[in-house]
Amino acid sequence: MGRYALRRLLQMIPVFLGSTFLIFFMVYALGDPVAALFGDKAPDPATAARIRRDLYLDEPLWRQYLHYMGQIFSGHFGTAFDGRPVTELMASAFPVTLRLTLVAVAFEVALGVTLGVLSGLRRGRGLDTSVLLLTLVVVSVPTFVSGTVLQYLFGVSWGWARPSVSPEAPLTELLLPGVVLGLVSLAYTTRLTRTSIVENARADYVRTAVAKGLPRHRIVIRHLLRNSLIPVVTFIGTDIGALMGGAIVTERIFNIHGVGYQLYQGILRQNSPTVVGFVTILVIVFLLANLLVDLLYAVLDPRIRYA
Amino acid sequence: MRGAPYSLRTRRALAALCGAAVALPLTACGGGDGGAEAGVVRSSWGDPPNPLEPANTNDVQGGKVLDMIFRGLKHYDPVTGEAENALAERIESADQRNYTITLKKGRRFANGEKVTAASFVDAWNYGARIDHKQRNAYFFEYIEGYDKVHPASGAPTAKTLSGLRVKDERTFTVRLTQKFSTWPKTLGYNAYAPLPRAFFEDHAAWLDKPIGNGPYQVRSYVRGSVMKLRAWDGYPGPDKARNKGVDLRVYTDSNTAYTDLQAGNLDLVDDVPAQQLKFVRSDLGDRYLNQPAGIIQTLTFPMYDRAWSGPARAKLRRGISMAIDRAQITQRIFHGTRTPATDWTSPVLRRRGGYRPGLCGDACRYDPVRARKLIKAAGGLPGGRMTITYNADTGSHKDWVDAVCNSVNTVLRNDRACVGRPVGTFADYRNKMAGEKMTGPFRAGWQMDYPLIQNFLQPLYYTGASSNDGHFSDTGFDRLVNQANAASADGPAIAGFQDAEKILAEQMPAIPLWYQNGSAGYSRRLSEVALNQFSVPVYARIRVS
Repeated sequence: MGRYALRRLLQMIPVFLGSTFLIFFMVYALGDPVAALFGDKAPDPATAARIRRDLYLDEPLWRQYLHYMGQIFSGHFGTAFDGRPVTELMASAFPVTLRLTLVAVAFEVALGVTLGVLSGLRRGRGLDTSVLLLTLVVVSVPTFVSGTVLQYLFGVSWGWARPSVSPEAPLTELLLPGVVLGLVSLAYTTRLTRTSIVENARADYVRTAVAKGLPRHRIVIRHLLRNSLIPVVTFIGTDIGALMGGAIVTERIFNIHGVGYQLYQGILRQNSPTVVGFVTILVIVFLLANLLVDLLYAVLDPRIRYA
Repeated sequence: MRGAPYSLRTRRALAALCGAAVALPLTACGGGDGGAEAGVVRSSWGDPPNPLEPANTNDVQGGKVLDMIFRGLKHYDPVTGEAENALAERIESADQRNYTITLKKGRRFANGEKVTAASFVDAWNYGARIDHKQRNAYFFEYIEGYDKVHPASGAPTAKTLSGLRVKDERTFTVRLTQKFSTWPKTLGYNAYAPLPRAFFEDHAAWLDKPIGNGPYQVRSYVRGSVMKLRAWDGYPGPDKARNKGVDLRVYTDSNTAYTDLQAGNLDLVDDVPAQQLKFVRSDLGDRYLNQPAGIIQTLTFPMYDRAWSGPARAKLRRGISMAIDRAQITQRIFHGTRTPATDWTSPVLRRRGGYRPGLCGDACRYDPVRARKLIKAAGGLPGGRMTITYNADTGSHKDWVDAVCNSVNTVLRNDRACVGRPVGTFADYRNKMAGEKMTGPFRAGWQMDYPLIQNFLQPLYYTGASSNDGHFSDTGFDRLVNQANAASADGPAIAGFQDAEKILAEQMPAIPLWYQNGSAGYSRRLSEVALNQFSVPVYARIRVS
């Protein structure tokens, strides 16, 4: 188990190097960002040249990349154009997005698994059909529509929640955005759980458990659910990475100053240190989440062993 | 984007639901704790892209703050746009080139430090020097010695501008490189603000919490999210704040700010999103402002491209201008937040300042028949087609560019004569301009730095000028501008600039499209809200109930 985890961690190094270079290359390909710093006016050539020199933008791509990587290994992620170090941006943005993601994941796990189990056990009945229909609707409505509609209903019409999130982003204010963010995943979680439950409900070990005369709740939770969760856990694991990086739309609608906001600003202003720094962290989060999922398999299903 | 209209319609339906509650105070219809502090204006804000230093701020959002925390030698009256003395007691010159500036007595920074002649001279020297990479450094280019502290290439050979001399605590002299009669009137621009010693001694601390000498002082600043400004009780100027303070909150999306205004979480938005313009009257009634700002939008021709340049092609350029139905586009697409342009300046200058509607003459009037004739006489569009280049990342330019093309296509009876050509990012767009890579007319917006006719003409159309992106060059135009700058009185100077403008009307190096308005919406808590010429709310005058 330990060696397996170590091997997986070591595999992250080439992925890390490759992804940083790719992202660096892509932001670089967008062109020279300095011109945009001067607003609608033509930049003063001398000032622009000086800014380029200070940001190493007058060097060829490979030297810019080497310089950037050298900085990263000394713990310096570069600065945004307004002079703030990217590490400072990360320190303010990641906790917010992490909280938002946790709300979303908690919501989709709690509701998704419950609905999935209920509809799986009552296959073909009224509840199953309505949950199926409901998830279909949720999946087909894009986030920016569900986001603005819910924001308007809860924030303006009924006044139950603030339409925007304050800079401190406390958990209570993140409930609505978290639900919006988790909606689509909720639908997937529900369907995955349902399918898995339906499949396993006819498995031998369930029949054995029933024959042993175990109480129903014990059969469902200890035997059926635990074995049915593997696809769901896989999905949620990859989803954590996707939610953190993909919260751009939700964060924009609810004015949350998290990762999505910083990434959006970084891309708009073509600030490669911001974009590369944030995406790199996201890649690491994604890899770690996947590793965690693989390790969880062994916990859920004793038949799986890692050597 | 298929979902967008749907969500909008939903909003309308939902707005009706809320309408019942609007009879109550607005906050009742809104959400939870608005967090409204008594007497404090909660206003929307955009994250300034550059560090907040006077000579480094060239965007409206940063300028908003500087206008609250700084007062320079001059200040523009928010209603008339007149440059009035703020800290300057008098600015004198016998030859329009050597100026003696005397400061008012007893003015201080919010930290108690006296505002002296050195506060200005040091600040200007800082702003001009290339090592400090200030975005507005070129504002000091008319001061003698600028080429030494800010050489076009290489290291600077001087640390200070030789044209600036401190005489005594309240007096300093300025020597310019050329005659510039309206120069004192440019001094209301933020780049010319004085700076306290704290700025130079502990720069990082100053950036975290800027100290100035204006009606407000910064209480706290969390970069990228919120700035809290409070009225400075010790402010001695006539434009003392009438409210207790302003909280500026950063919004990434103006739609969210607008929703927050409706929910009672925000008092003032100074950028009503385009999608809401249709409904803003019914949402806000008379709490919606729509008034001229010092911004003009043009279609500029690449005069470096032989297909478009030269007096011979003037007919073609004028013909295209006449093929644009400005009135219809400003109504249908902009819902009256733009006004068809008939000169190259802005209504905020007023006639006294050089604004002259109709100066463009027939060339800016929609006339399909004559437009078609003119374009035909000039040999048609180069290669039979044209593109209008614009940046697609901000400002939703696509809508109006397509409308302009439609208008041209209808006139030419050819569906494919004109098409829009989007460029992904603004930076890339600027690089294309700088690299002379435009192959047809392109969008150009000009936001004035100070309400002077000079600012609408010289930087844009003078040979080799800083923002002359079309590379227009005309000796007659240049001569008239020089003469106007050397004139000893306002009247002849303005008349001179207008004569120069008439050359633009003949040659049409840039088609004036429309004057842009500033828009704002505010909550019931506020009264006496107005925008100045820079489309920034005049915060100090706002009253909070």
